Amino acid sequence: MFGWEFPPMNSGGLGVACQGIVEGLAHHGHEIFLVLPKVSADMHSGKPDKLNLLPAHQSGGLIKVSEVPSSLYSPYTDVLSYKKWLEELSEDEPDTMYGKNLFEEINRYAAKAAFYASKVPHDIIHTHDWLTAEAGIQAKNIGGKPMVMHVHATEFDRSGDSINQQVYDMERRGMHNADRVIAVSEYTKKMLIKHYGVADWKIDVVHNAVKPNFSTYHKAHHLNETDKIVLFLGRMTMQKGPDYFLKMAARVLEKIKRVKFIMAGDGDMMEQVIHMANDLGIERNVLFAGFLKGDEIHRAYAQADLYVMPSVSEPFGITPLEAIQNGTPVLISKQTGVSEVIKNALRVDFWDIDEMANKVIATLEYDALANTLREQGKKELDKLSWQKQAKHIEKVYEQALGKI
Amino acid sequence: MKNVVNPPRREKLKSICFYFQVHQPYRLSDCNVFEIGDKEDYFHGPCNYENHKIFEKVANKCYLPTNKVILELLKNHPEFRVSYSFSGVFLDQCIQYGEIGKQVLDSFKAIMDTGQAEILSETYYHSLCWLYSKEEFAQQIEKHKKLIYKIFKKKPSIFRNTELIYNNEIGEFVREMGFKGVLAEGWDYYLDWRSPNFLYQPKKTELHPEDKKIAKKHRIRKTLPKDFALLLKNYKLSDDIAFRFGNQGWTEWPMTADKFAAWADNAEGDTINLFMDYETFGEHQWEDTGIFEFMRHLPGECLKRNIGFKTPSETIKAYKPVGEVDVPYLMSWADMERDLSAWCSNDLQKNALHRIFDLEGKIKSILDQLKKGDREELMNIWRKLQTSDHFYYMCTKYWNDGDVHAYFSPYESPYDAFITYMNTLSDFEHKLENLMQLTT
Repeated sequence: MFGWEFPPMNSGGLGVACQGIVEGLAHHGHEIFLVLPKVSADMHSGKPDKLNLLPAHQSGGLIKVSEVPSSLYSPYTDVLSYKKWLEELSEDEPDTMYGKNLFEEINRYAAKAAFYASKVPHDIIHTHDWLTAEAGIQAKNIGGKPMVMHVHATEFDRSGDSINQQVYDMERRGMHNADRVIAVSEYTKKMLIKHYGVADWKIDVVHNAVKPNFSTYHKAHHLNETDKIVLFLGRMTMQKGPDYFLKMAARVLEKIKRVKFIMAGDGDMMEQVIHMANDLGIERNVLFAGFLKGDEIHRAYAQADLYVMPSVSEPFGITPLEAIQNGTPVLISKQTGVSEVIKNALRVDFWDIDEMANKVIATLEYDALANTLREQGKKELDKLSWQKQAKHIEKVYEQALGKI
Repeated sequence: MKNVVNPPRREKLKSICFYFQVHQPYRLSDCNVFEIGDKEDYFHGPCNYENHKIFEKVANKCYLPTNKVILELLKNHPEFRVSYSFSGVFLDQCIQYGEIGKQVLDSFKAIMDTGQAEILSETYYHSLCWLYSKEEFAQQIEKHKKLIYKIFKKKPSIFRNTELIYNNEIGEFVREMGFKGVLAEGWDYYLDWRSPNFLYQPKKTELHPEDKKIAKKHRIRKTLPKDFALLLKNYKLSDDIAFRFGNQGWTEWPMTADKFAAWADNAEGDTINLFMDYETFGEHQWEDTGIFEFMRHLPGECLKRNIGFKTPSETIKAYKPVGEVDVPYLMSWADMERDLSAWCSNDLQKNALHRIFDLEGKIKSILDQLKKGDREELMNIWRKLQTSDHFYYMCTKYWNDGDVHAYFSPYESPYDAFITYMNTLSDFEHKLENLMQLTT
């Protein structure tokens, strides 16, 4: 399996999903050889404060982690910011060798992949997103085993309509070379058919799940008992719709005053978002929490009366599941894959500010609504597990191997 | 020679008692929190499910074609009988929606004019008011009675409650009001080994003195009838038509009139009570299932086997109750549970129900000070908000089971239903407050 990030060295949902998949597959007795760009000491030692790391010894030796030394781990880094980062880095460490650009990095990783494919016995190749697509293709060329490409996000989700052609080409090449494609939602599957020309029959939808949570935070940790809290948690990028969240906040505050809107996360829209809160005149009610990690995330969910994910385009979006786990009702945009999985959530179109505000107000105002969402959501979540999803992935493998 | 032992003596012919429920709710218009305070029309319906459009659709798929079949049958078979109950809000919509409404109403009138059909009584607004206010319950029955008389010139003497909700107390209450009988589900839990195919008496219960007073105050006739009977739905045979008819996975599929009549013939008892939603015909079972053809042939096949037809009143007149049925808890005709969980089990439903019925005191306290038109409008809005369907849409149990067959809703989720309802109710409360300030 070719991954790009893995807890705790991850900046988003891909690593978490990857971990869930690996653990789910291991549960069913599959041996996994996981190739990552870089394996940090943290990954091996597993510090308790970090997000759950998969310790190799706990998997009964089924999971082996190998590394391709690489300079970057974030699948969200785009070509421009990589260049910028590279420039800064070259000034700081002029003697270190780095790939001249992101694509060179990817190719280096792919070459290493081919090496592993010739050395390590395997039955199937599993790649994640565009960053490891090339690795999958090379490994397939060398080892001759079927390749499954797992699509967690597409360039259209990341960049809207102004897509990067090189990235798109790589995604497309991966999907067309793959024997089977896994999409994380029907929403994503439709995109793959529409924008990438992948045949309907080749794509299977396997929704993400969420790992059981043993967080001990609950509502008693409320900062301020009289103020209600509405939470945004995610990268501050166009895709996540932080601007829609703020517009909604302004509308809510017209009706009820004692609400705090907490925005947790970092990203290229941060400045714009701060300005916008000022322009809307709601800066007193909007708090920025920065980038949260590990347990801080659970605490943020638990303290909130409602979690809102107003994404403009979200292939899946695992955070609402985490919020529900922490006993928090959720409101999600319809333009998300997760809304296919969880029925006991409030749903709106991301652009429908009035309707979003309407639902936020109702949840804050009626305990019956918040409680029912909380209870029913939790019941629903209990039925989801990575072990179950891994069974579906197993089916995809069998199809790729021509067993079905 | 067969049958050397005495065959059971049948004094009279066995008969089928058809009862159809005809109802359309006033679904709420979309209403968000920003509209509270100046919402105009509550009952136009959601933008994707406008009430008049739904009415028109159901009229064309169900009411008009079914009425045509029924009328033909009544004319071809003088022995054939049917009975209906129309919710007041259904009849209001007939009157409201112009030509199509008139067509529907005329076709029902034509059926009534044959003298072979009976109309039953119910709460005007298809309301759950029995659970919250006996006074409101009695008032709605009275209002419904007036409407039925105005439209059909008939006086119902048999009662059926919203969703066939029933217990001993309801039986006693409507008996005290002067009804001759009441309809209920023939649920095994209360019947035990007994068959629903006979008349029964409700278990005698003492009403609370206050409730008894209310019932007496709203009597529909001067003297109480001597006998009072309980008609129980044969849910197996009813559901063979209402739910299973078009199901190709059912072992008995395809169902024919001949087969059904043979089953009815084999059933022991005096009366086979087939109670169902009228939308069974053409809406729940689409025309292409053959449901209309089935109905067209059923009376003939039954009569061939010496099975007759009776209205509920005729049934009560023809047979004697064979025993007493004790239903201490509320029972309905819905779902496997036959309880009230479809309307009042989760927090959303309880919250909404309490809030709407809590307004009764306030509303009734200012009525006298209002002009007749205002009074009627106020009552009408409050009562339309009581219709059981609003609470049904908030039900989470089907939602989670993914049982879409049992659950039709104009909303995307029970949560959306709740939010729309509560916003509308908030607007109504706002207007009520304004009225109260004006009157004091």
